[in-house]
Amino acid sequence: MGTPRVLPRLDADNRFFWTAGAEGQLRFLRCQDCATFIHPPRPVCRKCLSEKVAPEVVPGTGIVDTFTVNHQEWRPGLEVPYVIARVAIDGAPGVYLTTNIVGCPVDAVQIGDAVRVKFEQQGEVYLPLFEKIA
Amino acid sequence: MVTNEAYITGVGQSEIGVKQTRHPLLLTLDAVREALLEAGLTISQIDGVSTYPGRAAAMPGFSPVGADELIDALGIRATWYAGGMEITSQLGAVVGAAMAVRTGQARHVICFRTVYEAAALARPDEYPVQRRETVDGYSQWFAPFNAISAASWTAQYAMRHVKRFGMTREQLAQIALTDRAHALLNPRALVRKPLTMDEYLSARMISTPLCLFDCDRFTDASTVLIVSAGDAIDEVSCTPVRIDAMAGTVERHSWDQAEWMACYPTGADLWKRTDYKPSDVDTAQLYDGFSFQAVAWLEALGFCGLGEGGQFIEGGQRIALNGELPLNTFGGQIGAGRLHGFGFAHEAVVQLRGKGGARQIPGNPRVAVCASGGGPLATALLLARD
Repeated sequence: MGTPRVLPRLDADNRFFWTAGAEGQLRFLRCQDCATFIHPPRPVCRKCLSEKVAPEVVPGTGIVDTFTVNHQEWRPGLEVPYVIARVAIDGAPGVYLTTNIVGCPVDAVQIGDAVRVKFEQQGEVYLPLFEKIA
Repeated sequence: MVTNEAYITGVGQSEIGVKQTRHPLLLTLDAVREALLEAGLTISQIDGVSTYPGRAAAMPGFSPVGADELIDALGIRATWYAGGMEITSQLGAVVGAAMAVRTGQARHVICFRTVYEAAALARPDEYPVQRRETVDGYSQWFAPFNAISAASWTAQYAMRHVKRFGMTREQLAQIALTDRAHALLNPRALVRKPLTMDEYLSARMISTPLCLFDCDRFTDASTVLIVSAGDAIDEVSCTPVRIDAMAGTVERHSWDQAEWMACYPTGADLWKRTDYKPSDVDTAQLYDGFSFQAVAWLEALGFCGLGEGGQFIEGGQRIALNGELPLNTFGGQIGAGRLHGFGFAHEAVVQLRGKGGARQIPGNPRVAVCASGGGPLATALLLARD
């Protein structure tokens, strides 16, 4: 999409996530004691309250849990339609990302589709978009 | 009256409109005056104020009046007040007021929700929205992907119902069609024009499967509910409506990390706190800022099973004024305007008092359920006229 995007403000909590695409990787925080993945990133495990949490690389694939085709031009310059999807992240049980499915017609997306991350770089930030696995 | 109970006594509402020029504090005063008049109370008897979400400086149209401003402006001496967004949705402000009167912190609490979004959009110089270059906190997980509106967030839950449970557009349409039919009978409703199935089906999409008519629209209005203590009820001249049970939930405060919207556990919890059952409910007033939220609430409150909401409302007869479960009899937010949660409690009280006029449901209703919230936040109230 050529649409302008609003970018996240990088801070100590989220920098590892939004910059991981520089190495072509998708990373999430994981508890080093009980192995639970934590997203959005927090300095503590929501399952066992351990403070030993660290980013780990996941395969970068996922499944479309649900989606919508947005047709509304919420602000000037927004190119519509586009697909917003909630992707269940492979290798990180219970973690979802809201993202865009790109590289296919908007009516080609279905629940259950296998997708792979495709980063879109905007300065320091690498946005994890997804495309269907052929 | 049972003295440690909480009751809704006076209810009031301003004119509902768009691009209103009346000061938002005065719209709030209009609703306060009507509520006081109905309850037979004077402002000097008010000793508490509760609101959602409090003054929103960054989005003045979303909430132009804070509780402290109202207290100061109307000369209220409050022994308890609260206002904030970190609560289980809009009617959480009523839950707070009920807890306050039940614990003796106050006797008569004004609960209000004032919205001024259409006026603010029309007069950005007076009501400037603070725009930011970058996003943080909660917004960072949505805005970069142009998932900007709750329409798109709600649409994704609705899409799961379409794909997994076979909910059709004709079924979902019944929320908007019912709202608009009921709004025709409400003199204050914002949209007083019938809506046909053909118009619905040919409307432009906003975010699939939600079309234009599945969405409420910016509105300027104020709604007030007075919550009174059981031991102060003899000061009130109107029929009190008892808050029989209250429930609210938040777990993942996120539109994408939870499998289901928070209404589901909230609905289940409500029935654990009362002897009433879903079959005792005479009317349901359920949040419908986006139509699908009302479908989810019907399921969550046990009127039908998970995934059965589309079938439950099919054809619309069941949720019509003379149906077995009249729904959103004032027109909901899609018909009456985006009163943002408080309209549902207001209407539940109107119906239980038999004051619905042309839209009054038959059969001497005694029990009503009302609910606010979508996504990660949810509040439900069960109201009874004893």
